[in-house]
Amino acid sequence: MSTLNIDAESIDGMTDGRGRTSRRSRGPRRPLWLTALLIAGVVATIAVFLVPIYWLFSSSLKPSGDIYSWPLQWIPTQLTLDNFVSAWNSAPFDRFFLNSIVTTAVGTLLELTLAILCAYAFVFVDFRFKKIAFGLIIASMMLPGHVTLIVNYITIANLGWLNSYQGIILPGIASAFAMFLLYQYMRTIDKDILQAAEIDGAGHIRRMLTIVVPLSTPMILTATLIVMVGKWNEYVWPLIVTSTADMRTLPIGLLFLRSQEGYSNWGAIMAGAVFVSLPMLILFFLAQKRIIGGLAAGALK
Amino acid sequence: MTLAVRPHPHPGPGAPRGADGEEGSVDTSPSPSGTRGAGTRIVPRSPSPQRRRRRRRDALLFGALIAPNLIAIIVFSYYPAIYNIGLSFMEWDFVAPSPEFVGLENYQDLFTDPSFLQILMNTLIFTGVSVIGSLVGGLVLGSLLATKVPLTGFAQTMAFAPHMLPGAAVGLLWLFIFDPNYGLSRWAFSLFGADSPSWTTTSDWSLWAITLAYTWQRLGFVTVICYTAILDLPKDLYEAAALDGAHGWKLFRHMTLPLLSPITFFLSITGVISAAQAFDIISIMTSGGPGVSSSTLSWMVYEEAFKNFDIGTASAGATVLLVILLVITWVQVRYGDKKVNYS
Repeated sequence: MSTLNIDAESIDGMTDGRGRTSRRSRGPRRPLWLTALLIAGVVATIAVFLVPIYWLFSSSLKPSGDIYSWPLQWIPTQLTLDNFVSAWNSAPFDRFFLNSIVTTAVGTLLELTLAILCAYAFVFVDFRFKKIAFGLIIASMMLPGHVTLIVNYITIANLGWLNSYQGIILPGIASAFAMFLLYQYMRTIDKDILQAAEIDGAGHIRRMLTIVVPLSTPMILTATLIVMVGKWNEYVWPLIVTSTADMRTLPIGLLFLRSQEGYSNWGAIMAGAVFVSLPMLILFFLAQKRIIGGLAAGALK
Repeated sequence: MTLAVRPHPHPGPGAPRGADGEEGSVDTSPSPSGTRGAGTRIVPRSPSPQRRRRRRRDALLFGALIAPNLIAIIVFSYYPAIYNIGLSFMEWDFVAPSPEFVGLENYQDLFTDPSFLQILMNTLIFTGVSVIGSLVGGLVLGSLLATKVPLTGFAQTMAFAPHMLPGAAVGLLWLFIFDPNYGLSRWAFSLFGADSPSWTTTSDWSLWAITLAYTWQRLGFVTVICYTAILDLPKDLYEAAALDGAHGWKLFRHMTLPLLSPITFFLSITGVISAAQAFDIISIMTSGGPGVSSSTLSWMVYEEAFKNFDIGTASAGATVLLVILLVITWVQVRYGDKKVNYS
């Protein structure tokens, strides 16, 4: 396939991720028709992802006449927030929002704390069985959540934590992926700085808090974002561990919405999907380099 | 959320290094671009007089630092996985005071039940199609974006956006798209003069509806990872290949693809694991129905345990899922090891 042509010239300046810098400085130019073909391919790629997302957002703002029409109404005749009002009123979404914010915030904070402590120990503290412990933690990522679902439910039920924040949060605080990201990052920290601090009499805890954590801030931020998105979108565990409406989280609210409005009110359903997704989408658009970079770092290392 | 499955703390020799991939050079400050080139640094062992005392103190500290995470992982991952195997030999409904041992009965029931065999088949199709589809599509789209024509930055953003959405929202969106009367599906089929099938309500189509929705969400993620990986490939190799006159498909087939094999390997393993536990999209779109036509093992575990309160059957299903995943991973590691390129 000629579209996959990667010549030396276009590789120039690729290391910065986007790489707009020094391309086209030397070497043969790509023929115009090929560039046009490539652009067409890129536009098609955009369409694959953009059209459904456009459909989601535009439908949430359409009056119901525009939604239930044929031929399809691609551009809304008028914009309305009615769908958001009816979605919001169909279930206690204010409560769901609160629950999602609390469980996401506390869960992320706890998971990141565990990850930082753990990563620091693996990088900077000497210990004989380090490799075994590391392997044990990393290998846990291979265990699918559905294998642990039933027993975790039993554990939480025995603790009397069904329908509670701690019941939603605690089984998710174990950290393997974020720990791995931080571990990889902390290994790049120059050990000489730490040794100097050690000679000055700073213990491990002080070195961690005053040197390693500040130096790792970029990766801590990245890991926080990734963990946060995961917790916000979490579905199956909150579905199982909560049964009362006042403890449900937002994604479960979408299940309510679907069973209530069914095929008869797509506008409200799309509006619900929008307000549940929007916080994480905004976060993504603000920090996409960080999020993509972090996930890629996890994959490429 | 993606998972890293390489158990080696050191990036292997097969891992693609940055263009400037210097081995073991000393970075004086952490570069924001990542952790390249630090793979071979070792914790310095200073032979001080109080070495033994210090070592013991370090061991204690090490234990204290990793304990919270390690305990959480053992309590909420390893212990449940093992206990779950035990439960699969029991009969229980969450209510009876204690589970009753029934031996292999749950497994016998499962494997003589035609609907379980269909669920197995569905899981296989769902996982296979979504993993292979997103990988092939991701490689093609990733290479396309790596050509750096205009708009590729925007395309990358758009491709990744679905990965940020909750599965429940993606499920709702595709439920609407698949509405045969007012969804985009009707429009797409009308272009060919056909009527849209009732995707989510007929057993011939329901499995494809969830597979398509899931693959769409995964595709953008794989695309962006492949794109980043291609940009990361060593450029001197490409310069040499270009001098030798290799380009186009040949270059892709003999250079890019082998160099990317650690990434495709990683993406296929994590793809299988996350597809095998896909749940939110299924729950929102079809609830496994009609009948069991779009039910996968992950849905079945939930349904048996938390709707039918048949813990034994659910645990047996989860154990089957675990065994299948372990076997697939083992095969991939075995087969993948040969294919992973050690340049």
